[in-house]
Amino acid sequence: MTSTNGTGTHGAVIVDKAPEQDGPVVELRSAGKSYGNIRALHGVDLKVFPSQVTCVLGDNGAGKSTLIKIISGLHQHTEGEFLVDGEPVRFSTPREALDKGIATVYQDLAVVPLMPVWRNFFLGSEMTKGPWPIRRLDIEKMKKTADEELRNMGIVLDDLEQPIGTLSGGQRQCVAIARAVYFGARVLILDEPTAALGVKQSGVVLKYIAAARDRGLGVIFITHNPHHAYMVGDHFSVLRLGTMELNASRDEVSLEELTNHMAGGTELAALKHELAQVRGVDVEELPEEEDLTAPVATSEGKS
Amino acid sequence: MSMTQQAEPAVTTPPAPGPGKEKDGRTAERPLALRLLARPEVGVFLGAVAVLVFFLITAPPVRDGSSMANILYQSSTIGIMALPVALLMIGGEFDLSAGVAVITSALTASMLSYQLTMNVWVGVIAALVVSLAVGLFNGWLLVKTGLPSFLVTLGTFLILQGVNLAVTKLITGNVATDDISDMDGFDQAKAIFASTFDVGGVNVKITVVWWLVFAAIATWVLLRTKYGNWVFSVGGNQQSARAVGVPVTFTKISLFMLVGFGAWFVGMHQLFSFNTVQSGEGVGQELIYIAAAVIGGCLLTGGAGSAIGPVFGAFMFGMVQQGIVYAGWNPDWFKAFLGVMLLGAVLINLYVQRTATRR
Repeated sequence: MTSTNGTGTHGAVIVDKAPEQDGPVVELRSAGKSYGNIRALHGVDLKVFPSQVTCVLGDNGAGKSTLIKIISGLHQHTEGEFLVDGEPVRFSTPREALDKGIATVYQDLAVVPLMPVWRNFFLGSEMTKGPWPIRRLDIEKMKKTADEELRNMGIVLDDLEQPIGTLSGGQRQCVAIARAVYFGARVLILDEPTAALGVKQSGVVLKYIAAARDRGLGVIFITHNPHHAYMVGDHFSVLRLGTMELNASRDEVSLEELTNHMAGGTELAALKHELAQVRGVDVEELPEEEDLTAPVATSEGKS
Repeated sequence: MSMTQQAEPAVTTPPAPGPGKEKDGRTAERPLALRLLARPEVGVFLGAVAVLVFFLITAPPVRDGSSMANILYQSSTIGIMALPVALLMIGGEFDLSAGVAVITSALTASMLSYQLTMNVWVGVIAALVVSLAVGLFNGWLLVKTGLPSFLVTLGTFLILQGVNLAVTKLITGNVATDDISDMDGFDQAKAIFASTFDVGGVNVKITVVWWLVFAAIATWVLLRTKYGNWVFSVGGNQQSARAVGVPVTFTKISLFMLVGFGAWFVGMHQLFSFNTVQSGEGVGQELIYIAAAVIGGCLLTGGAGSAIGPVFGAFMFGMVQQGIVYAGWNPDWFKAFLGVMLLGAVLINLYVQRTATRR
């Protein structure tokens, strides 16, 4: 496994090397989160292995955002366990998650629009030179590195001084992914990276996801598009109203089943006979309940 | 680094991967003049030059060296405060208590050293502590509650305004503090905060030097250090900044404390140049500082601006304020002038921001 490859940058991010192991980098054991009396997430099990893409699917309000906020350190879980490298953790800031090698690329808040591309690339982990009172940014080196890294990812920009807000959505997303990869992330969380993108741009982002996986990163890919998920995913988890509805690896589930689960397929299948009574509802296309063979996780969450 | 190079590029490189760096060829280089004009600092610089030329023509006394020194002095007292206010604005907040905080600082130093009959430096240091504490309180309350800085600092503005008057009356029985010019250390402190030196027969106030030194430091910090990067990011998009690991809380609180430092410095200048402090002053000054920062190209909503722009912004203020007097006009026009300048600057800012974020 390549779980130790995160230290190669300038040593700013990873403080502890991960032990060589085949276990999951990030693991949730029946984790949950309540906001006051609202239980947003309950009994969720998730394992993220290096060199694998774990897809988390779910409709709006299913708890996807809550899940990533727990893993990325923006919120804390209120029940269950959250383990990194087998050690229980509880992050209070995103910085702590970053130090463990967990980087998150948010759909809407990945960058600061008015700041130049290279400043965005190094934001929060700037390269500096010189002794303290005159310690300053190593601008030349940062620009050069950012340019190289972006070119490695196939993003060619004329001018790294242009505000990142002038880039297209896909380009911004890719800059954020390139940044996370460069800073030695071991786990990359992508929050609906393709939601706001066109077909072609989505394809580019999916390629970067595959590239990140091939570099040994564990990728958590949050989406509500089962087609995008099935193109790159190794493991699929479907969230529904804050609980885990499906937890299956690629060989246990087909795209059709995945799509059905996303569309609330199990419930629809159960209703099939009733629906058949209603004129004009086409039930031919709906699967029978017994056709759905993939293991369905219960709320007690043994996958 | 190793891992980023071992892997294949994720996407086939766009056409012609020649030896030189390929360009994506979609951004046309605009003429230099146009690019310069789009920078807010350059805009305000030209504005300042225009105002200067205008008064040089219409008000002959302005051409005199000592008038210019006077104008620069006037600008510096605004400019020293406009700098931290501008940094805070770039960081996405603003401080309505900045004007009265100046007086609070001066009152603290004056009354403490007078009442306890101690060296004035004791009062100066105590005033610094108080000023920083006011900044800390503003920043802490803002970060803790998430309330807009307008409300938080409006609160401290009112509190300080009331405390200034009430405590001064309580202690001195008067609205002004006692004269401290014969106390220990006064001359020393005056040399630092309020002295005058001679340049070719013209008396220049030391604050002009401090103003330019602070502006140079602020520019360097803003553009060349981590901290400067953080200031831009917390103003530009606080959530993003937090998510990539920028210490947002530290940055915001320290910016408020920086305004406290500025208030202390200007407060000390007022104290040591006039020997006493009027406790009711300072109200309204905060808006002048904010206006100077906005005219200087700082975005009121944060995320963009410079430290050099507010220098020209403050100069325009000083120029107009004194220029009207030298021209022999009714000084009542001053505020009207300011309003026009402010609106003009805001419109230019808006245009620049739209251009920068245009897809």
